[in-house]
Amino acid sequence: YVFIYFIYLVFNCCTHHNHTLSLPIMLDLNTVESVWPLPQKLAISEERYPLSPTHFNFYYGEDQASIMKDCSLLDSAFTRYFPLIFPDLTSGKPTRLTGVLAKFTIMYCFVSLMAPACVVDQLNVSAGQAVLNSDTVWGALRGLETFSQLVQQEEDGTYFINKTEIEDFPSFQYRGILLDTSRHFLPLKAILNTLDAMAYSKFNVFHWHIVDDPSFPYQSRTFPDLSSKGAYHPMSHIYTQSDVRRVLTHARLRGIRVIPEFDSPGHTQSWGKGQPNLLTPCYKGSSPSGTFGPINPASALSYIFMSQFLKEVTSVFPDPYFHLGGDEVNFSCWQSNPDVRAFMQKMGFGKDYTKLESFYMENIVNITSNLNKTSIVWQDVFDYHERIPKDTILHIWKGLPAQYKAETSRMTKAGHRVLLGAPWYINHIAYGQDWRISYNVQPLNFSGTEEQKKLVIGGEVSMWGEYVDATNLSPRLWPRACAAAERLWSDESQTRSAEAAFPRLQAFRCSLLRRGVRAEPLSPGHCSDEYRGI
Amino acid sequence: MCDSHSGVILISHWNVIMLAGLNFATLLLSVAVCQGSQYKDINSETVSVDQGSTYGSLWPLPQQVSLSEVSFKLSSSSFRVVDAEGSSAGPSCNILQNAYRRYYEYLFGNARKTGHFKRKAARSELSELQVSITSGDSDCDGYPGATSDESYELTVDQPYAILKAPKVWGALRGLETFSQLVYEDEYGAKSINSSKIVDFPRFQHRGILLDTSRHFLPIKVILANLEAMAMNKFNVFHWHIVDDPSFPYLSRTFPQLSQMGAYHPYTHVYTPGDVKMIIEFARLRGIRVVPEFDTPGHTQSWGKGQKDLLTPCYSGSTPSGTFGPVNPILNTTYDFMNLLFKEISEVFPDAYVHLGGDEVDFNCWKSNPDIQKWMDEHGLGKDYAKLESFYIQKLLGIVAATKKGSMIWQEVFDNGVKLPADAVVNVWMGSGLQGEMFNVTAAGFTTILSAPWYLDYISYGQDWQRYYKAEPLDFKGSDAQNKLVIGGEACLWGEFVDSTNLTPRLWPRASAVGERLWSAKDVTDINDAYSRLSKHRCRMVERGIQAQSLFSSFCRHEYKGI
Repeated sequence: YVFIYFIYLVFNCCTHHNHTLSLPIMLDLNTVESVWPLPQKLAISEERYPLSPTHFNFYYGEDQASIMKDCSLLDSAFTRYFPLIFPDLTSGKPTRLTGVLAKFTIMYCFVSLMAPACVVDQLNVSAGQAVLNSDTVWGALRGLETFSQLVQQEEDGTYFINKTEIEDFPSFQYRGILLDTSRHFLPLKAILNTLDAMAYSKFNVFHWHIVDDPSFPYQSRTFPDLSSKGAYHPMSHIYTQSDVRRVLTHARLRGIRVIPEFDSPGHTQSWGKGQPNLLTPCYKGSSPSGTFGPINPASALSYIFMSQFLKEVTSVFPDPYFHLGGDEVNFSCWQSNPDVRAFMQKMGFGKDYTKLESFYMENIVNITSNLNKTSIVWQDVFDYHERIPKDTILHIWKGLPAQYKAETSRMTKAGHRVLLGAPWYINHIAYGQDWRISYNVQPLNFSGTEEQKKLVIGGEVSMWGEYVDATNLSPRLWPRACAAAERLWSDESQTRSAEAAFPRLQAFRCSLLRRGVRAEPLSPGHCSDEYRGI
Repeated sequence: MCDSHSGVILISHWNVIMLAGLNFATLLLSVAVCQGSQYKDINSETVSVDQGSTYGSLWPLPQQVSLSEVSFKLSSSSFRVVDAEGSSAGPSCNILQNAYRRYYEYLFGNARKTGHFKRKAARSELSELQVSITSGDSDCDGYPGATSDESYELTVDQPYAILKAPKVWGALRGLETFSQLVYEDEYGAKSINSSKIVDFPRFQHRGILLDTSRHFLPIKVILANLEAMAMNKFNVFHWHIVDDPSFPYLSRTFPQLSQMGAYHPYTHVYTPGDVKMIIEFARLRGIRVVPEFDTPGHTQSWGKGQKDLLTPCYSGSTPSGTFGPVNPILNTTYDFMNLLFKEISEVFPDAYVHLGGDEVDFNCWKSNPDIQKWMDEHGLGKDYAKLESFYIQKLLGIVAATKKGSMIWQEVFDNGVKLPADAVVNVWMGSGLQGEMFNVTAAGFTTILSAPWYLDYISYGQDWQRYYKAEPLDFKGSDAQNKLVIGGEACLWGEFVDSTNLTPRLWPRASAVGERLWSAKDVTDINDAYSRLSKHRCRMVERGIQAQSLFSSFCRHEYKGI
């Protein structure tokens, strides 16, 4: 039996509304097995086709084959997905290629991942062939992932796939995971493994909270002292430039953007170690106490340093968005410092230190936009200062649902795009199935117009690092983060019930284990392939 | 104890946690630095691994420690652990020989590859640790038991260090302590300070419960945790081997129990060989293996392979097709238990077997007309606790006939079962804890405390402090009653735990329990504990144990097994 797999990619963004294919939604969660997140439109029939690993191949369609012959991104995706589709196969490649097996058609390989392109793909599995149409390579990656999740094995090991029709696109364009490499250093391998697992859940943004108070592991070309003095260890606990490049490449191949965060003016204790005169000296009475506060906003040197530093990092990280932090600035050190007080007076800020913080952030946002990047900042910046540039994305992290909903209303009313982080601080752990809480979040359930709702570009799962390092990162993140992945990708009206999603998530967790992700259990039970990497 | 609660889940937020973090930090700070700021992370920074305790990285803290400033170097090429002259254990003592090699590997695992040239010991070098077993019978070929002597004395001085212990069990504890005294100087050289340690456990029974029924745990995970237990001077592996969800124990007498009752009859079972390996691995580390075959409740998986063992539940006047606890009114039940516990008594060498006896649900028994009839005939009326007691009483007899002692969960005592004098009552319920401890000991029974140490319950933050502060003798008992508290156990029930997350969830949280049970009662300084435990955690990581961190910090050698 010859199974033909045929991928057809077309670059004509946002034309999916015109596709003639209209699919009946025959959603039966029992037959969906482990597809996660749930595709937007899915029809699976009872009809099954066997897949032969020796006869299976990925092909570009004929008319696009010449254009696609250098599409390394998809070529490497094929190599990656082959063993994911056929996990029992020891050799990664088909041994016998016979006949015309599959066609792969595409017009453009290199579409900027960074452009806010809509990602739509259609996956059509029927007798003899599977066809994947996508507007972009990024959609093709998502479609490959879905395809790999549809392939199952009979008890005797035979691979099969059901006749399936899928039309899929994400509900939210920004689906992120934050890792914190400052509170604990995460070895490169832990980051790369996380990127792999992110792709399995269709996350597309790695928010790299790379530095913070406790340590500065980013090795800067311009200011090497920052890591040589500010990292936990100057050699073993740093990310070199090539480490960063490796993360960027690994992420790009999986359709994941890397948005770095260099949080300031607070959360910068580790910066001060390698950059003298950057932080504000705190005073005790009339003399310096020897401790330091946030970056000194009253000193011109601070802005010169930040310009040079941001010039470097904005060129190292290609994403057009850049996270500037701006959260939790403590004013007591500024208040204690006579120079800062004098500066306040000169600027006419009175005793209002939020104005001082706003002044600082305004400067930093301007520096960043001069470097052709769009800023993302934590909500504190908006809370203090509503006049920030309209294109700045605001990241909500505080409060209970009532509070973050009100905040979302205010921000979108002011015309800002919003990123929702507050409901998904999953570094906070609790006994039991806390994924259900993440799952039941409704990002658009706030009071606002349709236009306002469109401004919610997505959400982010945060894994802050106080209690997390390489020993426990994976099981804390997976499968708990999957809940948010489905909320951000799938159609909310079809995925309201955590109870209905539960068996599917359990099955997906088992497939994560099979793929080597150390995903923790959701309830008593077992997977046929338990985690082996102990 | 085995209920899966989906407890109240409170999503707290970063700012809230910040305060919590601040509290921890303030709590832990003896010398506060960075007063100029209230950032949580600044404060936390001062609670780093480097704060230092006068006791270095010792964990659990020995009973008597005196450390001097004088330090010696240890060289991987010349340092040896050897049997002292006059020791009652020699080269044929497997336990010690294996331990010597194990601790040499722990100490020099990284450096060993540098070469083997023998050179003369430098002046400030410690070249030998001599181990002397002082009692006539070293226990070398035996199993550790409920009364094994684990005391030891360690003297580190030139020309060699001396470890004296009456039995091999004490020598094992002393070797661990010796390895904890060794530190790396900034050039990577291994050093040890001249010191004198006299040590023995405060409580005899220091256990870890793992649950291999709710999730199957591969052998490798169990072995890794036995290693970690030895690093924390735990001495009992309470193996909750079977329960409702699955029956992974492969019985020679009743192979159908796992054939039908395991999650998978081949990939999710413990064969006799596996069990043997685990027992031997534990023995070599001075750890007892106490199996728990919990009945009459928690036995759903038993019913799959053993027909007519469980009580058929009724819906009205007809069987509903579901089953309840073990059927206590059939003779066949006791025939079965007889054979099974005979096998268990042969497979597991420890003098105790844990019989469970917890959380028996009476509804099914109530629904069953045969049971009602039987109860009427035997004058039990409607008192199902009496029926349970009838069952347990018979089971205790069966087990006593195999020459084993019994451990049971507290309900058995609470229900008024007449217990044999040597029964050990395992107290697990948090409510009414002090009263229960009082009553059990007042009745003259030895008891083991688990209630404060249910480590499967997780929460955000440094919950190890809570485990650390729990005091087993925190009830108003007489001295005689206090003596009956023989120890405690940290329990990691398996609802949400399998090989993916077991080790980081257990360690170093269980280490807090380890110190509470080993060290003197007045070892309660939480700052000092934090410093030592942070280093101890890094040491576990360096030895390949996936122990999670206590707070923002780093280890010189991070976990590499990702």
